[in-house]
Amino acid sequence: MRRILLGGVLLGGFLLGGTLMSGCSPIQPWVKPYEREHLADPIMSFDRNPISSVYLDHVFETREGARGATGSVGGGCGCN
Amino acid sequence: MTTGTLKVSALLLGAALTAGLAAAPPLPAASVTAGAPAAAFQLPAAVGDPVSLADLKGQVVLINFWASWCGPCRQEMPILDQLYKKYKAAGFTLLGVNVEPKSGDALAFLKGTPVSFPILFDTQSKVSTLYEVSGMPSTVIVDRKGNVRYVHHGYKAGDEGEYLDQIRSLMRE
Amino acid sequence: MSICTHLRTRWLAAAAFGLGAVGRADVLPEDRTDVLYHRYEGGGLTVQGPSVLVRKKFGDSVSVSYQYYEDLISSASIDVLSTASAYKEKRTQHNLSVDYLHGSTLYSAGFIYSKEPDYKSNTGFLSVSQSMFGDLTTVSFGYSQGWDRVGEVDHGVVVQTFNDGIGHANANHRTWSAGVSQVLSRDLLLGLNFEADENDGYLQSPYRPVRYVDPFSIKGYSFTLAVAPSTRTGTAGSAQLKYYLPWHAAVDGSYRLYGDTWGIVANTVKFGYTQPLSTDWTLEASARYYWQGHANFYSDLYPYADSQNFTSRDRELAQFHSLTLGLGASYEFHPGWPHWVDKGTLNFNYNRLHINYQDFHDNLLPSLVPGDEPLYTLDANIMQFFLSFWY
Repeated sequence: MRRILLGGVLLGGFLLGGTLMSGCSPIQPWVKPYEREHLADPIMSFDRNPISSVYLDHVFETREGARGATGSVGGGCGCN
Repeated sequence: MTTGTLKVSALLLGAALTAGLAAAPPLPAASVTAGAPAAAFQLPAAVGDPVSLADLKGQVVLINFWASWCGPCRQEMPILDQLYKKYKAAGFTLLGVNVEPKSGDALAFLKGTPVSFPILFDTQSKVSTLYEVSGMPSTVIVDRKGNVRYVHHGYKAGDEGEYLDQIRSLMRE
Repeated sequence: MSICTHLRTRWLAAAAFGLGAVGRADVLPEDRTDVLYHRYEGGGLTVQGPSVLVRKKFGDSVSVSYQYYEDLISSASIDVLSTASAYKEKRTQHNLSVDYLHGSTLYSAGFIYSKEPDYKSNTGFLSVSQSMFGDLTTVSFGYSQGWDRVGEVDHGVVVQTFNDGIGHANANHRTWSAGVSQVLSRDLLLGLNFEADENDGYLQSPYRPVRYVDPFSIKGYSFTLAVAPSTRTGTAGSAQLKYYLPWHAAVDGSYRLYGDTWGIVANTVKFGYTQPLSTDWTLEASARYYWQGHANFYSDLYPYADSQNFTSRDRELAQFHSLTLGLGASYEFHPGWPHWVDKGTLNFNYNRLHINYQDFHDNLLPSLVPGDEPLYTLDANIMQFFLSFWY
């Protein structure tokens, strides 16, 4: 039940993203590229030092029953 | 969750993404129309009096929207400086419009990487909005008559070759 | 023996996405090299070693990354001392991946090979990331497939569940992952992640036997080999928020829910705070609270031998709460030499892990009645010291 819910939420997210991406969206990006100063700061990165975060994830996964869903992408300066 | 449900979910997610991508338009077209007159503006400069675009009619103008927090923008600055130095005597000018609300970081960057072309400060984002800046950095090339001719979004090494060709062709007009 | 045995490839799959999916989809990951020394000490176990990660772009569209990782294990943990004696061992891992950027789509593919005396694993992975909606949204999908070979062991414990009768067993792993990253405002980022994994084959540790009440034994109990199911499917979903604070700092929080077909339900809550002190120094603090319910066939002490079809006394499948507190410091510098190095950072990170087991007893401590020993607790120090440089 939980899993179907999770899957549903993500599916909804993707469909929304797809709609927003297509030309027929009435919503404009609400953060302009020239407003991304804070988001471009390295401290706002979800994962600044992959070598370190992957190691820590490993330490926990080998001692716990749970695994997965630890990473994230995106944010950043929006340059190029 | 059974294997079957998992695989169906994965397929559904993949399908949703593909549908979204297929419906997406190609990379954004120039948000400022080529051929239309470049919007007039006047901005304070780092050195000297405020600069107005109208005063530069008769010259080929390259307007570069940049920020000190943007990596490709910083990379581009010395290259734009070279371009400016080479052609300024021949009726070309370059305006570096800084889009940051506070100019401290921009000035600090310029101290370490000085450039000879005029730097303007668009602290209220008025000109960024006028020119519908949709990527960082953005470059707009305006001809001698004051019309927008070329628009570039983003910068990667080698783009200056295109700028060069476009500037040269506009200067020959 | 390797503490990592039966769950290793589950980590490798995660590492695959960790290495391949980090970054954004509209630019290639930065060129950088990291050299790490890691050290875990706790519960009688010390695992330490080096790791080197090198990443370089080739042209405008391709980035290649290679990582070498080593674990030098010296173990006298509760599991080892229960039925064997302290040992030393080494595990090495190689990870190679390629990223290809086309427009605002990033494709990644890679391979991981890990080897230790009694366990070899190979994992291949693929992922796609797409940046969209004015670069405010990034969507990514990934898949990985792992093939493990659990081999003959050299500590006197023989692996009994053989699939092919020639002295070793196999384990296979498939992972599907999906993620969305969304810019919510100038100061706020949201990350959502979903991951499902399917595992089959030999999925347990041969070194963690189960115990049952045995009136004929001096201790009151005897050990026998555990029997785990030969399939396991798990799903995890997480949400993460990161917020930029006006005085130039960042705070983040995340929650993850995990459940699987072995009956384990686990929750993870994390908080982090990053504070740059000047242009050179940055400090970080973090707290992680994790709690899980036990696997449905788990028991610390069975009433008699063969009381269940599936048995396990592996404390990874027990019911426990865990708290990890961390502190880190980073120093940024701009070396004059070599001239092709842009900047470097020197980093130190310390985490203190504390686990309170609720149904795993410390059988090494004396007790009149088996199963009445004090509950086991674990305290460990985790240290990382690494140098990174960008070029």
